[in-house]
Amino acid sequence: MTEELFKQMAQSIIDGDSDLSVELAKKAIEINMHPLEAITKGFVVGVNYIGDQFGLGEAFLPELVMAGEAMKAAVAVLEPELIKLGSARETMGRVVLATVEGDIHEIGKTLVGTMLSASGFEVTDLGVDQPAEKIIGKALEIDAQIIGMSALLTTTMVRQREVIEELDKEGLRPRIKVMVGGAPITRDWFQKIKADGYSEDAVGAVKVAKELVGKGD
Amino acid sequence: MQPKLSLLDDALIARILDEAYQLMLKPGIKVQNEEARKLLAEAGAQVDEETMIVRIPEQIVRQALETAPRQFHLFDYEDQPKVQYGGDAVHFDPGSSGICVLIPETLEHKTAVTEDLIRIIKVAESLPQYDAQSTAVVCDDVPKELHDLYRLYLVMLFSKKPIVTGAFTNTTVHHMIDMLAIFAGGRENLREHPRAIFDACPSPPLIWSNFGAGNLITLARAGVPAEIVSMPLAGAAAPVTLLGAVTQHAAECLSGITIHQLARAGSPIVWGGAASTFDMRKGGTPFGSVETAMIGSSYTQVGKSLGLPTHAYLGGTESKILDMQAGLESGMGAMIGALSGINMISGSGMIDSLLCHSPEKLVIDAEGIAMAKRMVQGMMIHTETLATGFYEGVNFKGGDFLKQRITLQLFQKEQHMPGKVIDRDSMRGWKESGSLDTFARARIRVTEILASYLRPELDPVQVAELHAFVLTLAKKAGMKNLPMIENFEFA
Repeated sequence: MTEELFKQMAQSIIDGDSDLSVELAKKAIEINMHPLEAITKGFVVGVNYIGDQFGLGEAFLPELVMAGEAMKAAVAVLEPELIKLGSARETMGRVVLATVEGDIHEIGKTLVGTMLSASGFEVTDLGVDQPAEKIIGKALEIDAQIIGMSALLTTTMVRQREVIEELDKEGLRPRIKVMVGGAPITRDWFQKIKADGYSEDAVGAVKVAKELVGKGD
Repeated sequence: MQPKLSLLDDALIARILDEAYQLMLKPGIKVQNEEARKLLAEAGAQVDEETMIVRIPEQIVRQALETAPRQFHLFDYEDQPKVQYGGDAVHFDPGSSGICVLIPETLEHKTAVTEDLIRIIKVAESLPQYDAQSTAVVCDDVPKELHDLYRLYLVMLFSKKPIVTGAFTNTTVHHMIDMLAIFAGGRENLREHPRAIFDACPSPPLIWSNFGAGNLITLARAGVPAEIVSMPLAGAAAPVTLLGAVTQHAAECLSGITIHQLARAGSPIVWGGAASTFDMRKGGTPFGSVETAMIGSSYTQVGKSLGLPTHAYLGGTESKILDMQAGLESGMGAMIGALSGINMISGSGMIDSLLCHSPEKLVIDAEGIAMAKRMVQGMMIHTETLATGFYEGVNFKGGDFLKQRITLQLFQKEQHMPGKVIDRDSMRGWKESGSLDTFARARIRVTEILASYLRPELDPVQVAELHAFVLTLAKKAGMKNLPMIENFEFA
């Protein structure tokens, strides 16, 4: 019975079916299944499967994104129960993501968020056009290990440096590590602004994030 | 007869426009520029100041389409009309705003600086296939406040061709217009005979940012041509269907033209874009995909149905080096663009999804462009009879036609003569020439071009004024001096 439920949970993620994943999460609570068990033995299995398939080039972004959404929906149901029980989900780390001030492009950043979530990170995505103080404020609030910043424009990428300088001024590095990305971001730029990590694509970003939290392969 | 590619029939174009008009009402267009919202409100659009969403009725748009010019020209330094925007004229220019250059020796993608852009300008200047220059790469050796205008400054120093450019802020667009006005002999002359056109970009989906709309308004008022570069990414920032992306493109262009014409009716504007699909495996924007070319061909067809001049980014590639993938994607893109009768086709010389520039690729792409331009000339009738007249005195021997004077007279009209980058040699000849591949031949060609390049003769008074203008801005941005530009003597 439980095994069957776990399978259904995984499948709901693989199918990107948020309605079903929510329903199954509620069912888990009803039958007094531990929320952590539902997450790790059920839903995460589906996320990992899609993640692996994506890595192999067998699954595509829409599938990955839909799976991420279904996962998010299920966790949203289970998280309050988890807190009630006084336990927390063990994650790879906490990440704050944002597109820098003046820039409203977020496809790449959202993908990085999806990939990081799928890989077990707890991701807080602030969205676009975010000033340095908001990004840093959120990172402190949730005690994030990583700030990830995106910029698509050559005119706004300079804002990434401002956030890093601000962090340095406050003495918040190396406690908080900084990852940067976006179409105009090159290795030169990454080195110039002394960021901690950089990737040209979302798959690479996961690898970098794992290294930054000391959990690299 | 100019051969034409049509992916849409009239009924489909009508449906696209009909739905584009619907989109402008629901969900509406998000206009983040206050002045643009004011212009639209005054014209009768319904504006929600809080959400910045504007519902634009069809009638206002139709009015704007009435006043938008059907045709205009860009002029070179000698004041000659060299680029025709309008009708089915086909021109190519190098891609714009790259951040890297390909180093041929190491295949490294190096962050671009002044000398790299100068090299690109010189090569583009020497290749007749490029009817206009672009402001090809951003130079990392100047502060970001100068990034856009400094590119234009270098092009103005090293080229006489018309220029496809663009500003990065609402302030610098004024500076760039002033710079062009120095060479034109005033803003009035610049308006009469514009040397440059400026790209202005909406942000998909259906957003005109403060900067995009601000640029449209400034350009309209200055009477300097504007080129809308709408970028639906089918499947991410636009509907996944190609027709859905074309429809979103239409709504973004129509709303942009409306803002532009409301700022100043009659100012020149182009129906353009850098549309692409969204790669579902890698999450990138594949400018070399055939669907990208299909979207480009289709949206320009929509623009043409409205009688507007057209532009597209085509001929790009995702390849990181100058290999077969780069060649086939760029060649197909150029051919599809030319067959679509697009007035300005941007993107040549670039690899890695328009991020990296390469003078060597400019040389290779020029061959693809020449082929595409030959294709567009179509089948020509040069003689009274198509064939029978050729057979007088023919002795049924191969080679007979080589002896005919008419062969001598016509072969260069019928056959495009490729440059040395294209190999048509025998195996023996190829080996004797060093057994070189396309890339190696292109490297030699670039070296030759750079060696024979002559800097255009420019009015030294104007050059001094331009330099002083840019230097003042550079000092404001914290520079002591501008980067050394190969023994250029400024008065």
